[in-house]
Amino acid sequence: MNLEKVIFGFFIVLAATLNFGFVIGDLDNPILHDVYELFAAIVVNLIATVLKFGDRTHIGAIHLSTSLVADLQLVAAALAWAYGVHVAGVGMTPEVTARVVSLSSGALFANVVSVVILIAETIMQKR
Amino acid sequence: MNPETYQSTFFLALRRMRAPLITLILIYAISVLGLTLVPGVDAQGNPNRLSFFHAFYFISYTATTIGFGEIPTAFSEAQRLWVTFCIYLSVIGWAYSIGALLALLQDQNFRNAVRLQRFRGAVHHLREPFYLVCGYGETGQLICRALDQTGLRAVVLEIDEGRGSQLELHGHAADIPALVADARQPEVLQLAGLTHRCCQGVIALTNDDRANLAIAIAARLLAPRLPALCRAETTEIATHMASFGTPHIINPFDKFGRYLALALHAPAAYHLLEWLTAVPGAVVEPHRDPPRGPWVLCSYGRFGKVMVSALEQAGIPVTIIGHAPPPDAAGRHWVRGDGSDALALREAGIEQAMGIVACTDDDVNNLAIVVAARELNPKLFVVLRQNLQANQALFDAFESDFTVVPSQIIARECLAILVTPLLVPFLNQIKQRSEAWARTLLHQLTERFGWEAPAVWSVRINAAQAPALLRLLMPAGPTVTLEDLLRDPRDRAQELECQVLYLTRDDDSTVTLPPPQTPIQAGDQLLLVGRGAARGALELTLHNRNTLDYVLWGREIPSGWVWERLAALHARVSGSS
Repeated sequence: MNLEKVIFGFFIVLAATLNFGFVIGDLDNPILHDVYELFAAIVVNLIATVLKFGDRTHIGAIHLSTSLVADLQLVAAALAWAYGVHVAGVGMTPEVTARVVSLSSGALFANVVSVVILIAETIMQKR
Repeated sequence: MNPETYQSTFFLALRRMRAPLITLILIYAISVLGLTLVPGVDAQGNPNRLSFFHAFYFISYTATTIGFGEIPTAFSEAQRLWVTFCIYLSVIGWAYSIGALLALLQDQNFRNAVRLQRFRGAVHHLREPFYLVCGYGETGQLICRALDQTGLRAVVLEIDEGRGSQLELHGHAADIPALVADARQPEVLQLAGLTHRCCQGVIALTNDDRANLAIAIAARLLAPRLPALCRAETTEIATHMASFGTPHIINPFDKFGRYLALALHAPAAYHLLEWLTAVPGAVVEPHRDPPRGPWVLCSYGRFGKVMVSALEQAGIPVTIIGHAPPPDAAGRHWVRGDGSDALALREAGIEQAMGIVACTDDDVNNLAIVVAARELNPKLFVVLRQNLQANQALFDAFESDFTVVPSQIIARECLAILVTPLLVPFLNQIKQRSEAWARTLLHQLTERFGWEAPAVWSVRINAAQAPALLRLLMPAGPTVTLEDLLRDPRDRAQELECQVLYLTRDDDSTVTLPPPQTPIQAGDQLLLVGRGAARGALELTLHNRNTLDYVLWGREIPSGWVWERLAALHARVSGSS
């Protein structure tokens, strides 16, 4: 067992699960989407991205790109939240909620790709 | 270090930034999260918590030590406690991250990796012909300078850090990309543009024969069509190179001997050779003809051996001064001692000798020998070997008849082969022709162009080098002779200050010193010698149709569509009337 692999897998899966936890539920119902979960998803995603730095293999490159996509989408979701709640000052209306959740569900897709690559990589491992 | 390692260093550097980056992310996350959880009060005194937006905003300006001081509402005591903690946490985080980043930038491997990337970029973006020079020693420096003066680009590989950095100090007109790396590695050679489409040739001049051989082999296999010039000091390596099909092998010792032999039995031919291959800017100083009679030589090393056989072939008796008897000295006159010692010199018969050769591998020794010898016999003809270019001032001060600098010999030879390929067959002609012929030619050329190094160049009558002339000649055009062509484009009454030395035709026939009435044909290759200005003028004539017309027939033809039409109309009208 390789500790590095444990940490790597942990963060990738955690990024995906947190993202999933935030996204699941009715698209426009603010009660089902907690902003703390979005925060956690962003932090874990950023850490996962940094963990993928410096891998020169082809799979490593794809890993990094999926993570970057997820980061982009989640940061966009956070910005949409900040705009709705603070700048426009309308609060979590169904419209704002839908915007935030749909952006982060895009990130969820990227995270799922990341997990699929992780699984594929593991299966390819002969040992 | 090879490029592979450099690349992995780059990735390693990225990996090493992981820990600092993750630390920063975690510190931010903990601070922001804590700030949203700690209870506070709003302006009305009601319990309230900071939102993520405000918390992130606050931590961003606090952690980066910008410290705006703008807070949505006054903090509660609990929030102040947490913020104090956050401030120290973030300072530690930044100090650690920036420290790691600076350590990385200082790292030698990382800096090499950056330098390599820059070199690769510089070579990759070269869009003009260049030569790959391996080894930036004395010869390499001479070649780079000469290439630079001729307007050609070079890429340099050098294994020694010190010599590599010298390149920056020698002010060259064009930028010369240089890399401190081992040229024996094929990846390094490829990186330096061996397989680049603009690469014109490889010059291997390292002081390690094996390295030169490795370069020769790599060049032969990776870029078979490129001319490779390799220096080889031992015959064994030279044979290896030859078996790999290296076209030009330069052995400085051998060359040195041949030059001396030529200087001994054909001084005029030697002068002609020296003048034609002189490095741009140099002035050739004619020396008196070497006298016949007994000679003295110190000492019998690799150079000495070549010199002795050159002298003996010319039928000159030689006395060798050395510490040990020459191994193959059967029947040769040998004196034990030091060359700078008057006793040994006397014993060798310096007072009756006509000439002395000082060819040890120590410059100071060589000078000491000839100074001592001149004192005993002021009329001696002195042949001096100069090992280091750095001692030029000493050798200039001592007026020897004949100073041979091996690095200059190699540099000239390389340049002659690379820059003017036609020069080599002509030089061979000089060596074969009679001394009287060479003397006449030398006299005629130096009378016209002086003893300063001339411009020597070759021109091919093809679409690239002479488009205007080619178009004129192509469909069975008029006969153009050399005499017609070599005229000044500003005033055609004046002859251009240059002369054709050698001409090769498409059918492999050659003409040495073609007479002025020789007609020019498409595909001809001309070797010219003359002043630098004449070269530019001739180029203009060959490229520009208008100039060519003026030079050949003295008429100005109209340029531009309208004027051409008018001129054609005019010609028709005057023709019909």
